[in-house]
Amino acid sequence: MGTTPPEALLICEHCDTVYRRRTLARGEVARCACCHAELERHHGLSLTALLALVLTAMIVFVQANMWPIVTLGLNGQFSGATLWGTIIAMWQQQAQVISVLAAATLFFFPLTKMLLLGWLLWFARLGRRAPGFAPMMVVLHYLQPWTMSEVFVLGALVAIVKAHLYFDVVADPGIYAYAALTLLITVFAGVDLRQLWELTPEDPA
Amino acid sequence: MSAFPRAAELGLISCHVCKLVCADALDGDDPSDEMACPRCGSALHRRKPSSYVRAWALLIAAFLLYIPANVLPIMRTASLNDIDDNTIISGVVELWVKGSPDLAVIVFTASIVVPMLKFLSLGTLLVSCQRGSDWARPQRAKLYRLIEFIGYWSMLDVFVVSLLTALVRFNLLSRVEPLPGVIFFGLTVVLTMLASMSFDPRLIWDGRDSDD
Repeated sequence: MGTTPPEALLICEHCDTVYRRRTLARGEVARCACCHAELERHHGLSLTALLALVLTAMIVFVQANMWPIVTLGLNGQFSGATLWGTIIAMWQQQAQVISVLAAATLFFFPLTKMLLLGWLLWFARLGRRAPGFAPMMVVLHYLQPWTMSEVFVLGALVAIVKAHLYFDVVADPGIYAYAALTLLITVFAGVDLRQLWELTPEDPA
Repeated sequence: MSAFPRAAELGLISCHVCKLVCADALDGDDPSDEMACPRCGSALHRRKPSSYVRAWALLIAAFLLYIPANVLPIMRTASLNDIDDNTIISGVVELWVKGSPDLAVIVFTASIVVPMLKFLSLGTLLVSCQRGSDWARPQRAKLYRLIEFIGYWSMLDVFVVSLLTALVRFNLLSRVEPLPGVIFFGLTVVLTMLASMSFDPRLIWDGRDSDD
């Protein structure tokens, strides 16, 4: 056992079964033979492609946050909402807990994630580890479950349908930006970012 | 069962954070013994620390908050001559009756089915693991991955109420305000997510070798 380097081994996170690692071909997914959890997945996206996607996500994210999401009309009066308008409205209406939750899961966490990822990928493309690589990778790991933009998109759809019962509803560009962002998030969901540990050399030469 | 060598038997630990396989140098009898991952610096554990206690505490707290989340209204719709308080269920019923049964099903799933499924599943997992049961292990492992995957979609109703609050602001004519139920519901979702993260799915498979 002492002869195998640690990188050649893989341990299933769900049942602790140890595997010898095998290079995956395009589109292949390694599954645990014991509990059927996914061990590793090949995703065919190069570091450059990932960086391009992160940059796209950043642009779309800015649009999604600046443009109004929905506008309501009632007897000639109009009222639109942006993400931050929503967060502020909840704060003013004595629901500060929800306001903080929404700000974190819909704004600060996704933003942090994209900035960190952009930074790490930029350096990884140059073949080295970015300054602050290890702590940033740890932060990314803990942020992973706490970004909820895709839930917000579905929530916006439900809100539109509910509001449509009483008001004139116009879907604004922000909702399309959010839809695009959801697509990008789905692409990233298939990528295990921990591969960055192996793709970059330990010591920047 | 030796076809599946386990990390614990081989003296290995995988890092929770970066997945690096490390040699296990922890003193099994001394719980205060600590070891850091050589690659990312996170603390290494054979199992998530005090998994049962944390998961139970968070799950019970989440369930207690889920009661006011359902009983108290989550949203007030006020217009000139009418004030209407909606609970989660009455919101679903309204959607169903007023013409979008499909969305009603989605909201019902996210707000009622998913949290209930999480309470029942995680409760079942905790009880069966504490008993060291070997019952339906692959299915229980799958159940855990399912609740991890769907957990955060419960935030749906919270975001719906938030958006409507921001949108419907026509002074006297029509207003939407959030009510305390939505705060309890938001906290329930966060606590159930924390509870399922505290549970260590490897506990499902522990003790399987002693059974053979």
